[in-house]
Amino acid sequence: MLDLDNLTPEQYRTRYEALQETARARAASPKPVAKFADIADKDIISRDAIPPGWYACLRLKRGASLRITNMSGTPGAAFFMWNADETSERYNAGDTAKLQWTTNLTTGRVLFSDMGRVLASITADTGAGHDTIIGPNTPAQTNGRNGRDNLRGAAAKFGLSRRDVGPAISLFSPVAVDAQGSMRWQGNPPAGAMLDLRAEMNLLAVLSNTPHALSPAQQASGPVEYIIHRAPKAGADDLCRNFTDEAMRGFINTDGFFAA
Amino acid sequence: MNIISDTLVPARAPYSAVLKAGQIMRIIDLKSQQAVDALFYNATDTTERYSAQDTLAAQAAKGGRYDLTTGSALLSNEGRIMLKIIADTCGFHDTCAGACSCEANTVRFGHETRFMHSCRENFITELAKHGMSKRDLVSNVNFFMNVPIRPDGELTVDDGVSAPGGYVELRAEMDVLVLISNCPQVNNPCNGFTPTPIQIIISES
Repeated sequence: MLDLDNLTPEQYRTRYEALQETARARAASPKPVAKFADIADKDIISRDAIPPGWYACLRLKRGASLRITNMSGTPGAAFFMWNADETSERYNAGDTAKLQWTTNLTTGRVLFSDMGRVLASITADTGAGHDTIIGPNTPAQTNGRNGRDNLRGAAAKFGLSRRDVGPAISLFSPVAVDAQGSMRWQGNPPAGAMLDLRAEMNLLAVLSNTPHALSPAQQASGPVEYIIHRAPKAGADDLCRNFTDEAMRGFINTDGFFAA
Repeated sequence: MNIISDTLVPARAPYSAVLKAGQIMRIIDLKSQQAVDALFYNATDTTERYSAQDTLAAQAAKGGRYDLTTGSALLSNEGRIMLKIIADTCGFHDTCAGACSCEANTVRFGHETRFMHSCRENFITELAKHGMSKRDLVSNVNFFMNVPIRPDGELTVDDGVSAPGGYVELRAEMDVLVLISNCPQVNNPCNGFTPTPIQIIISES
């Protein structure tokens, strides 16, 4: 048994580099193909179209799935979520990137809470790009309706406050770091860009049809549609549950929360 | 220059202080390669607090980088300037990767690391002294921590580059409550695998 508090610096480094090597091999391997399952009418729990500038408060049971469609190619949609059973647990942007060694959140990746648990899995994604480093727009970018105020509005309707709104994710937001280390907007996502998220815990969530902070256009161009629906239970061979060692450990924590 | 406090923060330990507007805090990496995690709150209304995303959005809009150095303005969740970095011998400080926690460690480094000390343990201890809780633990700055984001999206924690005695100086632009965790992490290179003491000097002119 290793005495983890008393390894030599060389031993710690060896452990870290092994983890890094595994993560890099995963990132370099072929990307999984996104499979968007047909949704039968009988499985639909709720659906709506969010007009430009507005938001929706969503409740998802563990195992339910959320399909989000960017009908017009609008430059971003803000998203944030809380564990419905314990709202001090919420989406954590830093952990989501750091634990998966990447800012590229797409098919196969998961979204982590601040408690080392998986809140939601990205089961399918058309690959428009989603950004959790810079995130949704705020009153600093626009005088109009904005992601920051909408996330707070949803928080308020769940009985929460601005204390409960941390760094968020801006869906459909192609952003990349250039050679100088600047984050750059890569152009609007295509109309019809789509994302399937599976709830891995009972969630309170907010989806806001408001642009990314770096988008040159600061008005949403069209509706964002969503469908909450019943989905098949994740099997032992589930893509997201097995995609990385980190996700596997995250799901051990998540499943532990629900152990009867 | 009038020194208000001069504190040696032991390896792995927390620290907190209130900076009055105009006061300057110097954080000194005494031995080199020591990450210093920091949270900032408006001292008169702690629900206004540091926001990494506001800070980086403003910086990116001006063509700036995804990390912090001299000239960076640290913005709140109301988009107001809380502090400015006025001197920096290191060159970059992370604000994307967040603070380490026991729970995140289980995911990143394995469940055998669950009972190792972490920054969020320090922060929760220090938040409680100021009437706050985990709900108030939001985005932070990791001074002296080297977290490159590569054009392909990879985000890693690399070896720190700060030299012994290296420092960063921040000037408060409002009354700011500062919480610090002298990072205890040994499972990645942010502390050279050996956490060491830091020195914090608060002064005013």
